[in-house]
Amino acid sequence: MTAAKKVGAQTVAFAVPPVVSATATVVGAKEGQGPLGNTFDKVIDDPYCGEESWEKAERRLLQEAFEMTLNKANLKPRDVDYLLAGDLLNQIISANFVARALAIPFIGLYGACSTIYEGLAVGAMLIDGGFAANILVGSSSHYSTAEKQFRFPTEQGVQRTPTAQWTVTGAGALLLTATGTGPRVTHATIGRVVDLGSGDPYNMGAAMAPAAADTMVHHLTDTQRRVEDYDLLLTGDLGIYGKELLEELMRSYGHDLSERHNDCGILIFDRENQDVHAGGSGCGCPATVTCGFIMQKLRERKLNRVLGVGTGALMSPLTTGQGETIPTVGHAVVLEA
Amino acid sequence: MIFLKAFLVGGLICVAVQLLMDLTNFKVTPGHVLVGLVTAGVALSAVGIYEPLVKFAGAGATVPLSGLGHILAQGAIKGVDRGGLLGAFNGGVAAAAAGITAAVVFGYFAALLFKPKG
Repeated sequence: MTAAKKVGAQTVAFAVPPVVSATATVVGAKEGQGPLGNTFDKVIDDPYCGEESWEKAERRLLQEAFEMTLNKANLKPRDVDYLLAGDLLNQIISANFVARALAIPFIGLYGACSTIYEGLAVGAMLIDGGFAANILVGSSSHYSTAEKQFRFPTEQGVQRTPTAQWTVTGAGALLLTATGTGPRVTHATIGRVVDLGSGDPYNMGAAMAPAAADTMVHHLTDTQRRVEDYDLLLTGDLGIYGKELLEELMRSYGHDLSERHNDCGILIFDRENQDVHAGGSGCGCPATVTCGFIMQKLRERKLNRVLGVGTGALMSPLTTGQGETIPTVGHAVVLEA
Repeated sequence: MIFLKAFLVGGLICVAVQLLMDLTNFKVTPGHVLVGLVTAGVALSAVGIYEPLVKFAGAGATVPLSGLGHILAQGAIKGVDRGGLLGAFNGGVAAAAAGITAAVVFGYFAALLFKPKG
C-alpha cells in the first residue's frame, strides 16, 4: 500500500496546505543591530533578559515568542492542539520548561538548528492528516548557552576560528492552522542523516552542506521541479563556507543555485561589521529569519514560493570529545504566498 | 631593560603558539595549546633550558603556561632531592601550590563579584 500524500522517496504533498497564520520573533541585541533588525517583533538588549541565568534567558525568549504568536492570532493556549518545539540544550530544556508554562500538549523535537523546519513539516502533517487544527511551532537558541553546551564557556575567552559561526540569540514561533490567511505549507521533504566525515565543531557549515544538498536534490526529484520553480532556496545556517560548498555540491548534481540561494546565517548578521566570522547559526537563526523576514516577504508577495531547508548538526559534545564525525540533517518545507 | 626582555620573550612564546594555531588550519586548539605549553615547559626545564630563560626574561618566561611547567619540573626535581621517589610525585604540585591556590581564591572572588556578560 502506498501513502496517499507521499510524492517520491522523501516528500509529502499536502492535500489542503496548512496556513502559517501568525508568527513572532524575539531576538537579542546583536541580532537587533543586524541587517534584519527591523523585521523582528522584539529586541531584548539584556543578554540575561532580566533572568538569573542564560538558560532562563533563552526560555524567556521562547516563551515570549509563543505568547506573542498567540496574541497576534487572538488565541489562548487551550485553543492549541499541540506545541512542537525544540532547542540546542541538553534534553531540550528550553522547550520542555516553556511547555510546562504553557500547558499545551507537547511534542518535543530535536533536529538541532533544523528544528523549526522539522516542526513545520511535522506540524503540517498533523494538520493535513486531520489530527489538529491549531499547532504552535517554535525553536530558540542563545549565544551563551550554546557556547557553554557545545564549545567553551565564553568567560574563558577561547579564540574562534574563521570558519566558526555566531549562535543567534533569539526565538521564532509560528502558528499553523487548518484554515485562515497567510503563507501556506504545500510540501515537506524529510531529510536523511548524512555524514561525509567532517569532525570540526568550529566548521558546522561545511558539515551540514551535504545534508542540505541531499534533501534539496531529493525534493527536486520527488516533486519534478527545478531550481527556477522557486523564488528563493533558503538554507538554515550554513554560513559563507557552507553556502559555497552547497552551491558546488548542487552543481555536481546538475542544479545551478547561484542567484536563487541564500542562507539565514548570512542574512541575519553583517559579517563585515559584526565580527561573526562565517555567519550566524543556532536554532534561533533559521527560526527568527523564517518567522520574521521570510514570512513578511511571503505576506507582501515579494516572494511567492520558497523552499526552506533547515539544517542541523546532530553531534553532542560527548561524541566530539570521542573523536566522532558530525552527522547532519536537512528538512525542507515549501512555503507559498 | 627587564621589562623589554620580558615583553620580547613572553611575546615570542605567544607568537609561536598563535602561529602554531593559525598555520595548522586550527587543528591545534586552545586545549592543545594549554597542555602543550605546560608539557613543553616541563621538558625544557628538565633539560635545563628554561631556567636561564627565566633569569633572562623574568615574568616573560614565568607568566606564560610554560612557566607553570617549569615550576612543576623544578618542584619535582627538588622533591626527589628532599624525599626520594615520593618527592617526584608531590614536589611539583607543592611548588605550584601558591599559583593553584591563587587561581582558586581569585576565581572564587571574581565569580562572586562579577557577572559574565556573554
